Amino acid sequence: MPVARGEPLPPRTAGQGRYRVAGKCPRAPARDALPARPGAGHWLYSRPIRPPRFPSVQACRILVHTATSCLGSGRAAHLEALAARRSGLSANDWTTTPLATAIGRVPGLESAPLPADWARWDCRNNRLAWLGLRQDGLFDTLLELRTRLPAHRLGIAVGTSTASIAETERAYRELDADGGFPADLRRPEIHQPHSLAGFLQEASGWHGPCLTISTACSSGAKAWAAGARWLQQGLCDAVLVGGCDSLCGSTLHGFASLQLTSPQACRPFDAGRDGISIGEAAAFAVLVRAGEDDPANAQHLAGYGESADAHHMSAPHPEGLGARMATLDALRRAGLAPTDIGYINLHGTASRLNDEVEAAMVTGLFPATTLASSTKGWTGHTLGAAGALEATISLLALEHGLLPGTLGCTQPDPACGPQLLLENARHPVDAVLSNSFGFGGSNASLVFTRGNGHD
Amino acid sequence: MTEFAVAGIGLWTPGLPDWPAARAVLTGAAAWPEAAGGRPTPSLMPANERRRAPDSVLMALTVAEQACAAAGADPATVASVFASVFGDLAINDYMCATLRDDPAQMSPTKFHNSVHNAPSGYWSIATGAMAAATSLAAGRETFAAALHEAVVQLADSGEPVLLVAYDAAGCGPVGAVAGCRASFACALLLTPDTGAAQGPRLRAAAATTGAASAVPDALAALAADNPIAAGAAPLLALLAGQAAGAARLPLSPALDLVLDRLP
Repeated sequence: MPVARGEPLPPRTAGQGRYRVAGKCPRAPARDALPARPGAGHWLYSRPIRPPRFPSVQACRILVHTATSCLGSGRAAHLEALAARRSGLSANDWTTTPLATAIGRVPGLESAPLPADWARWDCRNNRLAWLGLRQDGLFDTLLELRTRLPAHRLGIAVGTSTASIAETERAYRELDADGGFPADLRRPEIHQPHSLAGFLQEASGWHGPCLTISTACSSGAKAWAAGARWLQQGLCDAVLVGGCDSLCGSTLHGFASLQLTSPQACRPFDAGRDGISIGEAAAFAVLVRAGEDDPANAQHLAGYGESADAHHMSAPHPEGLGARMATLDALRRAGLAPTDIGYINLHGTASRLNDEVEAAMVTGLFPATTLASSTKGWTGHTLGAAGALEATISLLALEHGLLPGTLGCTQPDPACGPQLLLENARHPVDAVLSNSFGFGGSNASLVFTRGNGHD
Repeated sequence: MTEFAVAGIGLWTPGLPDWPAARAVLTGAAAWPEAAGGRPTPSLMPANERRRAPDSVLMALTVAEQACAAAGADPATVASVFASVFGDLAINDYMCATLRDDPAQMSPTKFHNSVHNAPSGYWSIATGAMAAATSLAAGRETFAAALHEAVVQLADSGEPVLLVAYDAAGCGPVGAVAGCRASFACALLLTPDTGAAQGPRLRAAAATTGAASAVPDALAALAADNPIAAGAAPLLALLAGQAAGAARLPLSPALDLVLDRLP
């Protein structure tokens, strides 16, 4: 059943906590209600999740975006592979110990070290980031903005779940006679999560706020939200957002230990799905504040939503409560109703539980006219990069009207509603939602619009 | 520029089990106690879960709980920013050694505890908090970047934000390279400055790089062994006293986070 306005809201706190202390947090005084934005959509609910006493998201304009994954390097390669329904997944030939699963591997990284100036940052993850950065003119945009704007006004917010852990793994296989790291791997900067943002900061000369968001598989989407807040508060004039995650033993064997990896290419939302396929990707975008003079074909981040499940470390909330909260928060910030969303790029990992819960959420919240799919059958699950990679896929759908189906799904799970798209569709859409959910119950949703956003 | 109040503070490091103990050392009212062992014990985690939980989770939950209790706040209602330079080096050491020796022996629990947001996830599960929760890292600037992010979120929502920053002592070869030899965690519950807010009031602003605040002598040894302690020490010293003053924390190559204590 589609739901629009007037539906009662999920409570903001589910009260599952085992712990309460007396009293409440001091509350901020209610601010004056803000003037409605021109063209702002409908409030979703008669009672918003919390009183709207914060400025609603002033949309951020996407200056340039790009993605590199097993489908290829750059936007055109992704568009072409999506249109041709050509998966980038292949049998695992990466792990040092055999593991029967499919992976989404980016070729050529082994023989593409970083430029000598940045040798101390060299590792698979940063090689992938460097390859991704140079597609679609994005790196040129970084350098050009660096000449026009003060370095401290240029921020970096990127997501990764594993950063360069593959190099730490390699160091353990190659310990020296004293049991320490071999000399070429005694580089503290790459044995920590910040190695991605640290490298990007050095490569770009962007010297404003700089963060690595690491919230497992929601990292890449949450990085967009962090960057958007910096722009809205006037802390930055441009922000590099995105995510990068690369293949490593920790995730391939770790997900296998939880029996979450499929022995074959993943089949999101299929009744017979049997787990995820892990991939690697680097995807980035440059965001600036939206302005009156944005071109008619401009694309915007119109809203974001973030929540926590408060349920389980490695399983989603059974009713999808956290995911639903994130989705509704993103819509509310964008000033849109579920009926306004033309396409949803689902998290859709092809794990039994995620897809069941997410399918039920979409069926319960969106009308049959909203089309939804998972693109993990093309790229695999790129973990901390997934939110960023799927932002680019969502923006391609907005720009070209190409709505990818759900590659790998032939018999949809009974939980799926009429929204689930199996075959590709050509259909212009004005607003797209992208969902990303991670371990620890971390949920993030992004809403993208084109043109002047809310009409 | 944002003004806010620090309604509650939590702190744990071997020998200093809470903020009052740390404040006594910072103000010179007490000497460092003989280093005590023991693990932090968050009361909101059942004992059987505590036994299995990584040190980073126990530390983070302990100080988060302290900060909420000091503020009289219901943790279920608060958004949170968790931050750590390394995450959990002991799990890192376990994962890398297991992958080398026999990947098939990987513990699924250790694996899901290896995500950087594990403490954040456990906190949410323990308290029922469903508001936005993030986990981040920023190298040497982790504490300043996390405080900056918490202030940004407070300014965005007008609601309290809980900042939790921690790093656990490393072990094994990766611990040796990381150079994190001591465990330290602290938490600040930031609330909008309503005039009636409890706790010290601060004004936060980003400024172009200047002379960063020094680490107070009382925390110098700890700061040398733990990057979160090094980042937080100047602000903790400012919060420990009664006087107005400022703490200037490096945030990026071109920016400092400047915190002015308001009367």
